[in-house]
Amino acid sequence: MILSFKDKQLYSIKDKIESNTRLERQDGIMLYNTHDLIGVGALADYIRRKRHGNKTYFVYNQHINYTNICKNRCLFCAFARNRNEKGAYMYSVDQVRDILIKNKHNHLKEIHMVGGIHPNAPFEYYLDLLKTIRDIRPDVHIKAFTAVEIDHFSTISKLSLPDTIKALKQAGLDMVPGGGSEVMSDRIHQELFPKKIHRSRWAEVMKAVHAEGLTSNATMLYGHIETVEECIDHFIQLRDIQDDTNGFTAFIPLAFHSENTKLSHISPTSAYLDLKTTAIARLMLDNFDHIKAYWVMLGEKLAQIAQTFGADDLDGTIIEEKITHSAGAKSSKGLTREQLVYMIRSAGFEPVERDALYQPVEKNE
Amino acid sequence: MNTVESIIDAVYQGQRISADAAEILYHNAPLLTLASLADHLRYKKHPNSMITFVVDRNINYTNICISKCKFCAFCRPVTHEEAYVISKDVLDQKIQETLEMGGTQILMQGGLHPDLPFSFYLDLLAHIKKNFSIHIHGFSPPEIEHMSKIAGITFQETIQQLKNAGLDSIPGGGAEILVDQVRSHISPNKCDRKTWLAIMKIAHEIGLPTSATMMFGHIETPSQLVTHLMRIRDLQDQTNGFTAFIPWSFQPDNTHIHVRKVTAWQYLRVLALSRIVLDNISNIQASWVTQGDKIAQLALSFGANDLGSTMIEENVVAATGVHFRLSKEDMIRLIHAAGLKAAQRNCTYDILHWFSK
Repeated sequence: MILSFKDKQLYSIKDKIESNTRLERQDGIMLYNTHDLIGVGALADYIRRKRHGNKTYFVYNQHINYTNICKNRCLFCAFARNRNEKGAYMYSVDQVRDILIKNKHNHLKEIHMVGGIHPNAPFEYYLDLLKTIRDIRPDVHIKAFTAVEIDHFSTISKLSLPDTIKALKQAGLDMVPGGGSEVMSDRIHQELFPKKIHRSRWAEVMKAVHAEGLTSNATMLYGHIETVEECIDHFIQLRDIQDDTNGFTAFIPLAFHSENTKLSHISPTSAYLDLKTTAIARLMLDNFDHIKAYWVMLGEKLAQIAQTFGADDLDGTIIEEKITHSAGAKSSKGLTREQLVYMIRSAGFEPVERDALYQPVEKNE
Repeated sequence: MNTVESIIDAVYQGQRISADAAEILYHNAPLLTLASLADHLRYKKHPNSMITFVVDRNINYTNICISKCKFCAFCRPVTHEEAYVISKDVLDQKIQETLEMGGTQILMQGGLHPDLPFSFYLDLLAHIKKNFSIHIHGFSPPEIEHMSKIAGITFQETIQQLKNAGLDSIPGGGAEILVDQVRSHISPNKCDRKTWLAIMKIAHEIGLPTSATMMFGHIETPSQLVTHLMRIRDLQDQTNGFTAFIPWSFQPDNTHIHVRKVTAWQYLRVLALSRIVLDNISNIQASWVTQGDKIAQLALSFGANDLGSTMIEENVVAATGVHFRLSKEDMIRLIHAAGLKAAQRNCTYDILHWFSK
């Protein structure tokens, strides 16, 4: 590890992680409040290397956002539209089929599909989306539908949560993305996303997903009105669920982009907050395998640096990102496989191409 | 034995690093180890947590240049439709705007124009000083060499006359990599490294402070990069005239050198190494113009203690298609978000204003 910590308080964290002692709430708060960014990074890097050595994972994936029509209208979202609003869209199943056929990438390993909470689409539409993707790309993992969407499906289908998930699974669902929990705080829920499911329901859906044998990710949207304490409590809630189910694969910190949202007065996140959040997630979430540096939100440059602040995964090629770019993201909309490999290798890490379930992909060149 | 650990221990204990040892760190030290050491040295030099910046504008008096460096996307031949020489009206307007925005200096640089007489430059300085109260940071060593050739006078005489006409300090541009083997490839018509160093030495002796730069990430080897740092350090030992060192990474788009752009990872390594090697230069600047605001903020933990300038106007890097912007307000916000204190300075690093959170 590093030779000396500028902030001497960090030695207590070093002792804990070296002896595999779980970090407490007050440890997390101290990590957020210290100005010793390099020290926090070194602690996270120690854990990251213990788990994954020099490996950094990435996936050849494609994002599909089937609709931006959403009745939740969270204050932090620049993507959602009302049904009759300009720019509102909803892909038909045929359109999704066309997108897939047009982009028949040889290496594609994961489809990441999420969308708004549409007021009228029937449950069959979502099942048809899955079946269509499964039909065209039988070899690709489908990671789709956040807990918020799954809750909505259960309402419109009048099925229980387990039966809803079973139906999705049968139609082709392989994995569930981690969105929709934002920050698991009643205060923030009330202020920013009152129409979206409560954190207790989010946890219930995730537990049901895990119980059906599907894995999922978890996220946190930071950089808006949240406090340090609320972030740490979010981590602890995720850690508790994971203790129960062990169904989470990766945690993804999501840096808030405010452009075109109702919170546009809020400045972009700073690199310090981005890297601290990544590192503290690595340190607090001791039962999560992977911490992702989501380059769409961090920017390519900072995502590369995040590899030594606790992140072991750079997400993927994405092809065409829509949600964060509606909120003013300056990153590319997609990266090539070669660009991702270079980002990893030029920082001295070893790129490992994976599938959605973090299994290494056989090298075919 | 020279291991990363032993080298780092020695530097922590206050020993000066050798070129060989610096190269070992460049190749083998983990990024956060370099950062930690650079940050330690930065606090040793500047015990307070202050980060400074200057409010200024880059004014490029001409883009006509006979040097034709391969890394440049800004220069134009005399006959080119985009070729220009600034008029006094435009110049005055730019300076007026700078002052209105709280600016305290202009960075005035330009191409090596084949026909302008030496009196053009002296006149420009005198004109500015007559009409405005503003610090003129201008004319990098290649321009000074060019003027001395045109005027047929020594470097010493050239610099003295520029100083008498109103020049306040000299920017460290044109250094690129101070190894002739590199220079003869990327900028064959530009002054050689001896000339660059000689002009800086004379400027320091005459009493003009200067900065020093390094443009890396093109064809140089790690060993040549370290040699550059050593040559700057050696001259500083003699003159103590460098106020700051600014490493920035080559931006290859629209140029004649086709290499891959330096990553943030490599930029931060070189920045930290600069702080570690240059133990006799007080200020190390982060380059937000080439790295963007996020990496520039991060640079404040990798040895930098200064964010350079707000650059109300910047043309040279912009010509390579790189368009980062950073307002004074954003600069202050980033400094505060890093838990540091923000202050506006002048060209000689006197503090003009503190900004509270």
